[in-house]
Amino acid sequence: MARRHEIRLCGRGGQGVILAGHIMARAAAIFEHKNATLIQDYGPEARGGACRTDIVISDDRVLYPYLSNPSVLMAMSQQAFNQYCPVNRDDTVVIVEESILRPGMARGKKLLAVPARKIAEELGRGAVANMVMLGFLTAVTGIVSVKAMKDSILASVPKNTEELNTQAFDRGYAYGLEKISTTPAKGKAT
Amino acid sequence: MSDGKYLSGEFFMSGDEACAEGAINAGCRFFAGYPITPATEIAERMSERMPEVGGTYMQMEDELASMAAILGASWGGVKAMTATSGPGFSLMMENIGLGVMLETPCVVVDIQRAGPSTGLPTLTGQGDMMQARWGSHGCYSIIALAPNSPQELYDLTITAFNLSEQYRLPVLIMSEAATGHMYEKIVIRPVSEIEITARRKPVVPPDEYLPFEPGDDLVPSMASAGSGYRLHVTGLTHDERGYPTMTAEAQSKLVRRLIDKVERNKESIIRLEEDGIDDAEVVVCSYGISARVSLIAIEQARQEGIKVGLLRLITVWPFPEDRVREIAGHIGAFVVPEINCGQISLEVERCAGGKAKTVLVPHMGGRVHDPESILEVIRQVAR
Repeated sequence: MARRHEIRLCGRGGQGVILAGHIMARAAAIFEHKNATLIQDYGPEARGGACRTDIVISDDRVLYPYLSNPSVLMAMSQQAFNQYCPVNRDDTVVIVEESILRPGMARGKKLLAVPARKIAEELGRGAVANMVMLGFLTAVTGIVSVKAMKDSILASVPKNTEELNTQAFDRGYAYGLEKISTTPAKGKAT
Repeated sequence: MSDGKYLSGEFFMSGDEACAEGAINAGCRFFAGYPITPATEIAERMSERMPEVGGTYMQMEDELASMAAILGASWGGVKAMTATSGPGFSLMMENIGLGVMLETPCVVVDIQRAGPSTGLPTLTGQGDMMQARWGSHGCYSIIALAPNSPQELYDLTITAFNLSEQYRLPVLIMSEAATGHMYEKIVIRPVSEIEITARRKPVVPPDEYLPFEPGDDLVPSMASAGSGYRLHVTGLTHDERGYPTMTAEAQSKLVRRLIDKVERNKESIIRLEEDGIDDAEVVVCSYGISARVSLIAIEQARQEGIKVGLLRLITVWPFPEDRVREIAGHIGAFVVPEINCGQISLEVERCAGGKAKTVLVPHMGGRVHDPESILEVIRQVAR
């Protein structure tokens, strides 16, 4: 059976969740030559509210570009978490921004928190928290290679922000590797 | 980006964006439209790209005007397109009929959402399929294509322009939110390798030119306004000079030809994707995103030992009547999943003519079918 990964990224409008999704899906489709789809449904009320993007990455052609069995859920805001991360299977990797971590969030077995905002602020720009999250996701899931992700970042972010975005990604990635090595039970997702 | 203003290579793009790039590579140099979800990204991209390629983007006051503007641009000698969704498509109907009557090449894209009326603006539907065929008043034939991926939205937009020039009529692209808003890899070949059908210009001097005198294939040549050829175009029934002629005879001659130029060339217009039909007991007949989702059900059904084939309508109008009749003769049933309460299924049923059953798998819109719901119907009819 061909491998199919379903990934949902969500957050507050303006946090760069959709850009992060594009970087990941593009990395898979263009830089790793896999099959990948991305959808970013929104409602008329989306401005300033919660937004999400769903990515499917597969060895085969993606016939159904929607989530049926998510392997990764990543949330950067409380509202988005409540709205878009309702159900997950036992082995779904759930990644949240540390500031929204609440007791009872672990609906699956793997809940991981990332101090993405703090790390981004250390780098001088809170706006790159999305790249920290993406770096972390890359490290703990291994769905897309670091090289493809970095190529995709360089091809996707605005001119003159490449270095900052890559740095943020690297910090998130390093944090992810550290987290895997210190908590073996929460290792790589399938 | 390569070749200066044209894209070529691999891109991660939405269906809407791919449609715009297809139009550009097909030679479209005029876009008029009014923003509407989920087709806005086509207008957005065209507003950026038209100036880059020396074309014109006009944001119109509404969809009536958008349709009128592209007809005018086409008569001015420029390839033209508009894009909309259900509510706007309704408003375009009168002028689509004018485009048919004036034999005006142009492309109209409908990224369908769930209706009726404002419905679900951001969510998918396929409820405009019959409107595409019959939405404007009077008798006519039309060409409509249904892509199932961003890549096909790119490819079929080029095809649509070529068909519109070849047969001189508005060609419709009937896509849906699920495909227009889906991002996927698309491959764009260098523009020099793309086959383009040029406008068929008059070969006679201006004093011998009759703007509606058909060639052997029933299609007249088309002079541009301001090129020295005398033109008279009217939505009234007209003779070969383009002058209004209010008789049943002129009506019969003109309207018959407008229909025949499509129907008699059906063989070369119609494109289908077929798989496993020869020994099938059940054939899933579908189009657009619904055909794509159906493949999951088909694969599963085959694993269960059911002989099921696929007939995907890439061209929806003119309808592939002959092929459906032929298939109906040797199968038990057609299964027709579509995101409406039964439109193309009616055509399938008509052509099957009682020889094979036709079972609709309806969906009221807002989502695509759960593949399981299609599989369940395949199982039932195969029993």
